[in-house]
Amino acid sequence: MNGAVVVTTFLAAGIEVIEMVAIVVAVGGTRSWRAALLGAAGGLGVLAVLVLVFGTALQYVPLAPIRLVVGALLLVFGLQWLRKGVLRVAAQGWAVGQGDEQVDDADVPADRFDWTGFVLSFKGVSLEGLEVAVIVVAFGGAADALGSAVVGAVAAVVVLAALGAVTYRWVARIPRRALQLFVGAMLSAFGTFWSVEGLGVRWPGDELSLLWLIALYALAGVGLLQLVPGWRKDPAMAGGPGGGAGMSGEVR
Amino acid sequence: MIVVRWVRAFVEFWVDFIVGDDWTVAAAVAAALLVTWGLHRAGIDAWWLLPIVAVAATAVSIRRAARPSRR
Repeated sequence: MNGAVVVTTFLAAGIEVIEMVAIVVAVGGTRSWRAALLGAAGGLGVLAVLVLVFGTALQYVPLAPIRLVVGALLLVFGLQWLRKGVLRVAAQGWAVGQGDEQVDDADVPADRFDWTGFVLSFKGVSLEGLEVAVIVVAFGGAADALGSAVVGAVAAVVVLAALGAVTYRWVARIPRRALQLFVGAMLSAFGTFWSVEGLGVRWPGDELSLLWLIALYALAGVGLLQLVPGWRKDPAMAGGPGGGAGMSGEVR
Repeated sequence: MIVVRWVRAFVEFWVDFIVGDDWTVAAAVAAALLVTWGLHRAGIDAWWLLPIVAVAATAVSIRRAARPSRR
């Protein structure tokens, strides 16, 4: 066992696994835990097949186009949630959906499987999992210690998934509306980071950029929230005497 | 018929996933990615462009949705 390879792979894979777990917990907390966990299992299943089929050839898989597509999809979906989150909190307040209170969300089906939650979780886990697999193959191959690299990566997945499971109760305590807004900001940040990275552009500070991107989108959401009441009353936007109550946009 | 229904549901799912309630946000993101790619090819790492466009497009979309409806 090569201790240096175990630790290095644990740390490098850990960064990717944090992103993976964050998406699964976010999707589970705001949409459906069943869909999020099945999506994660599906992503890990596809990844296992890819590792078995390609083995060490995985390091030659072009990650850039996958990052671009997955990132762009996550970004447009995250922005939709940020938009809905702002409009809903503006209309209903922050505290809706606290504890066990049921929230009527037209975009989260109550009577059938939540495929959107499944796809979000699946994409996050399969992309990040692929990156973990490439790290394992690259670090393990370079040091001729593939077994040690696998141990480091598996340890990162187990430890961080356990931490994610512990946060479940904490996430469940956050009011649903507030969580939707923050998850929208988080998905937008991941989507922005991956899609731009997929174009070959380097982020200053690499993965650390995710922190300021999440802060930027969250602050933008909170800032927009302050502006919505003024926009609702703005007579210049009302189109004359006919303007009045109600919003032209959807807030469910 | 079942296949047609399944294909239609599949297409509707992805349209709803990408476009959502306001197609202009997805269009702005696509345009920003294209410009970022063009600038990258020209030697400029425009990592700052997409977050700016994404926030601006979302703000415009929310402003449009929040305005008092005409009757």
